[in-house]
Amino acid sequence: MPLSSRETSNGLRRTVVIAGLIVVAVFGALGARLYSLQVGEAERWSSLSENNRIRLQRIPPTRGLILDARGTPLVDNRPAYDVVIVPEDTKDLATTLNRASTLLDLPPTNTENLKKAARKRPAYEGLTVYRDVGWETVVALETRQLELPGVSLEVGPLRTYPFGDFASHLLGYVGEVSGSDLESGSGYRMGDLIGKFGAERAWESYLRGVAGGQQIEVDSLGRRLRVLSRAAETRGNSLVLTIDRRLQQFAEQLLEGKEGAIVALRPDTGEVLAMASQPSFDPNPFARGIRQDEWKALTSAKYDPLSNRALQGQYPPGSTFKIVTAAAALEEGIVTPFSRLYCGGSYRFGKRRYRCWKRGGHGSVNLHDALVHSCDVYFYQVGKQLGVDTIAEYAHRFGLGKPTGIALTNEKPGLIPTSAWKKRRFNEPWYSGETLSVAIGQGYVLTTPLQMANVVAMVANGGKLLRPQYVGRVESPHGEVVEQLEPDVLGDAGLRRSTLHQIREALRDVVNSRRGTGQRSKLPTIDVGGKTGTAQVFKMGRKAVKTEHMARHLRDHAWFVAFAPVDEPEIAISIVIEHAGKGGGATAAPLARDLADFYFALTRGRDYQLTDAGRDAAVSVASLSGPPTAHPETEAMPVEMSDDVRARMLARRGRS
Amino acid sequence: MRLMVDRRLIAHFDGLLLLTTLTILGLGAMTVYSATYDASSAMHTSHAWRQATWASVGLVGLLVAVFFDYRKLERYAFLFYAAGLCLLIAVPLFGSMGGGSRRWLSFGPVTLQPSETMKLALIILLARLFHHRTHPGGLRLRDLAVPTAVTMVPVLLILGQPDLGTAGVFLFVFASMLLLAGPSPGTLGLLVLAALGAVPLLLSQLKPYQLKRITTFLNPELDPLGAGYHVIQSKIAIGSGGLTGRGYLHGTQNQLNFLPEQHTDFIFSVFSEEWGFVGAIGLIGLYVLLLVRGLVVVNRAKERFGALLAFGVLANVFWQAAINLGMTTGMLPVVGITLPFFSYGGSSLVTLMVGLGLVINVNMRRNSRDRLPRL
Repeated sequence: MPLSSRETSNGLRRTVVIAGLIVVAVFGALGARLYSLQVGEAERWSSLSENNRIRLQRIPPTRGLILDARGTPLVDNRPAYDVVIVPEDTKDLATTLNRASTLLDLPPTNTENLKKAARKRPAYEGLTVYRDVGWETVVALETRQLELPGVSLEVGPLRTYPFGDFASHLLGYVGEVSGSDLESGSGYRMGDLIGKFGAERAWESYLRGVAGGQQIEVDSLGRRLRVLSRAAETRGNSLVLTIDRRLQQFAEQLLEGKEGAIVALRPDTGEVLAMASQPSFDPNPFARGIRQDEWKALTSAKYDPLSNRALQGQYPPGSTFKIVTAAAALEEGIVTPFSRLYCGGSYRFGKRRYRCWKRGGHGSVNLHDALVHSCDVYFYQVGKQLGVDTIAEYAHRFGLGKPTGIALTNEKPGLIPTSAWKKRRFNEPWYSGETLSVAIGQGYVLTTPLQMANVVAMVANGGKLLRPQYVGRVESPHGEVVEQLEPDVLGDAGLRRSTLHQIREALRDVVNSRRGTGQRSKLPTIDVGGKTGTAQVFKMGRKAVKTEHMARHLRDHAWFVAFAPVDEPEIAISIVIEHAGKGGGATAAPLARDLADFYFALTRGRDYQLTDAGRDAAVSVASLSGPPTAHPETEAMPVEMSDDVRARMLARRGRS
Repeated sequence: MRLMVDRRLIAHFDGLLLLTTLTILGLGAMTVYSATYDASSAMHTSHAWRQATWASVGLVGLLVAVFFDYRKLERYAFLFYAAGLCLLIAVPLFGSMGGGSRRWLSFGPVTLQPSETMKLALIILLARLFHHRTHPGGLRLRDLAVPTAVTMVPVLLILGQPDLGTAGVFLFVFASMLLLAGPSPGTLGLLVLAALGAVPLLLSQLKPYQLKRITTFLNPELDPLGAGYHVIQSKIAIGSGGLTGRGYLHGTQNQLNFLPEQHTDFIFSVFSEEWGFVGAIGLIGLYVLLLVRGLVVVNRAKERFGALLAFGVLANVFWQAAINLGMTTGMLPVVGITLPFFSYGGSSLVTLMVGLGLVINVNMRRNSRDRLPRL
C-alpha cells in the first residue's frame, strides 16, 4: 500500500520524528554518563585501576565424599597446607621458585611448566606449587617470608583415602587437571583437581562441586589486607556405594599375595557387592601430586597394580564357559537332559586328538554329569554340532564380547570369536577344530571376571542381563538423595526356564555332589552353585610338564564362578587367580566359599554359623587396622560376631 | 541486470550509511583484536581475523540485499519466517551449549546463532503483516493478533534457551514496528497497561541468576563477585580511560583480564579504556549518525512496507546498542546483549549487515521509474 493516504503517511512521519528524538535523547544520556565517568570521575576510576588491588580469588570446591553402603567414608577430604606463588608479586618467577625450593628444603619444581601455567591466567592469581606440605615447611615459610615475596600458604581440602589401597581400583584417584579436560570448556582451571581413574573419574561431574570466590584487598606487595566479600563454594555430591566395606575388605584379603580379581554381584539388581583386584595401589600420593619416581615405580611394578583386573583383565574363561555352551546346546535342541555322549579321555577330530582333562575318560555322560565333572569331550562334541557362530550368539546373549557398561573407564570388551571375526582379523577361514576349543572356553575366547560374574548372575536371576552398578545413590552434602539408581536391565538371554533349571541343578552338584569339581566351595548350611575353570595359558605338547616345573607366567589361570543360595540367589561371585598353577577347583573355589560364608555372616547375623575356614579369614579382616581414628563406629567386623569369634580363636590357639 | 545499470538506483545508493557502518565495523574488529590480545606473551587469538572474515561475508550479504527490489521480499516473508523457525527449533534438539544455555547450531567449523537470523526474518514478516493492516483512526486490537502471535513463537523459543536479552530485543523491535504501524489511541493505552501488568509476571518467571542480576544492578554491593564485579570492573575500565584514553592495546583493565566477556558483551569498556571520552563519544556519534540517517530513509520510503522494513532493522540496532551501552556504563542491569556491528560474533554481524543492505535498498528504490511521472 503506497503512502498515499495522507493520514497514515502523516502518522508514520510523526512516529519517525519521535523515534529520531528518542535516539538523540538516549544517546545524549549515554554521552552524559560517559562524560561523568570519563571526565568528571576520571581520577577516581584511574586510581582504582592503577591500584586494582581488589583481587578475585577462586575457592576450589570441596569434592563430594564416597561412602560405603553403610555410610563409612571411603574417600574423604582433609585440610592441607599448599605453597602458593602469586606471579605478579614476584620479580622473576623462576628465581623465586628456585629460592623457595632451597629455603624451604623442598624438591625443585618444573619451572617451565609452572611458567606456562602462569601465562594462561591473570598474574594476580596464585599458582599452587607444593601441595600438602609438612609443618616444618609451614614454619620455614613463616620465618623466611621476607625473602620470598609472593610466596604464601593456603589451606585447602586434600583428597584422602583413609583405607589406603582399599578398593583403589574402584574408587580411583584424582590428579591435577590437564590437556583435554582443560580445553573442554567445562570450567576447569590450571591446578584444579579432577578425577582421573575409577569412580573419581566416572562420577566427576557429581563429585566436583562448584567453585566459590572471594574478593580480597591486597597491598602493593601482594599481602592480603582483608577479605571484602566471599561467595561460598558448593560442595560436590556424595556417592553412596552398593559395596559394604567389610565384604570388600574380606575379598581383598582373600586375594592377598595373589594376582587376580574377585567380583560379587547381587543377581537380581546388578548391584556390585565387592570388586577386588590385586595387586592394588595407594591412591593418596596422586591427590597431593604424585612424584616422578613414585609414578615410575607404579607403572613399572611387576604385576601392574594400576590395572583393575576385574574389568581390564581378559582371560580365557576355560570351563566356566561351558555354562554358555550348555545353554546353547539345550536351547538349540542339540542335546536333551537325557541324551548321553561318550568320553573316552580324548576326542579325535581331523588329524588331532583333543584331550579331556581326565585321562581315563568319563564314560557315558549326560549334560548334568558333563557339567558336574567338567567333561571336555562332551562339550567338544556339542560344540562341533553347534558351530562357532551359534556358540558366539549365545555368548553375546550372556553379555560376553562387549563391555558390561559399568560406570568405570577402560573396561575391556573381551573377545568372542566368530567366523566373520576371524576372516576380518586374520583373513583366514574358520577351522572346525577351533570350534572345539571355543566350546570349552579356550582358543580365542577372552572374558573379564566382571563379565563372567554377569554370566553366573544371569543363570541365577533367570536370564536377565543387568548393568553392574556400584553406586546406589547420590546424596547432596546435606544428605538429601539427589539421584537413586535403579537396576538397569540391558537385555534378556531369552532362555527357557527348563534350560536355566538344568544348568542351575548341574551347578549345584558341581559343588555339592561327591564327585563335583567344585566341592571345596561347599557350605554346610547353604547350597552354593558354581563352576570351576582352568584357563590354559600355554599349550602343552604330548609330554605333560608338572606345574611346579613350569615358569610362573606359563601356568594356568584358576577360575571359579558361583552363586548362592541356589534356590533364592543373593550373591553371584566370579573369581580369577592368575597363574595359580592348580585348577579352579583347588585354588579359586575355596575363596568363593569363604566369600559367600562371610557374606551370609554379615547379612544373616547371629543366626548364621560360620565355617572354621571362614572364621579364620574373618578374624584376619577383623584384626585389620581400620582408619586411624576417624570412624570408630565402623569397625571392620560386625560387633556381635567378632567377640565370639575372637574368643574361639584364642581357645584354639591355646590348644595348639 | 537492468537494475545494475539504472543510474537513478546508483545515485540513490546511500554511501554515507554504508561508510558509517564500515567505520563502526573496523573499529570493532580492531577492538576485538585488542580484547583477545595477550600482552604478556604478545600472542593473539584468531578472533579478530575471524571477525574480519565474517565482515567480508556480511559485506557480500549486504550487496546481495541491495541488488533486487526489496518489495519481492514481501512475497517470501512467510518462507523466511518458517526457515528461521526451523533453525530455532533445531537449537534445543541439536544445539551446543555455552555458558549455561543452548543457543548455537554447529555446521562443521561454522556456528550459527539462529536467534539472530530469526530476528531479520521476523522483521520482514512483521513489515508485511503491518503493511496489510491499516485502519482509519489506527490499528485495532484485533489487527494485532497475528503479528503478536508470530512474534511470541520465537520469543518463547529463545526464552527457553534461555536467552533473556535477545528475547527482550525481539519484543522491543516488535513494539517499535507496532508503534510505526500506528495503533489507535485506545489500543495504545491498552498495550501500555498490558506491558505494565506483565512486569510482575515476568519477574516471577525469572531464573534465580537472572533475578540476581537485576537486584545486583539496583544494589551492586550485594554481589561484588558476580555480576556486580563485572559492572564495577567495567566502570573502572571506562572511567580510567579519561578524556583521551590509555592508547590502543594499553588498557590495563582489559589486558589484565579484569573485564569479563571482553570481546563480546563488554567490548565497549575495552574501547573506552583505550580511546577515552573522545573515542567513546565519537563511537556514539557514529551510532547516532547511522540511526538518524536510517530514519531519513524510513521517512522517504515510497510505501509502507519499505518504511516498516527499514524501521524494524533500525529498531534492532538501536535497542541493542542502547541496552549494551547502558549495561557497560552501569545504567542498566547486565543482560547478554552485544554491541551491533562492534562485538565479536558472526551470525549477528552478517544478519545486521544484510539488514543494513535492506535499508539501503529501500532508499535506492524510493522513487523508482514506474512511480515517476513521465516527462
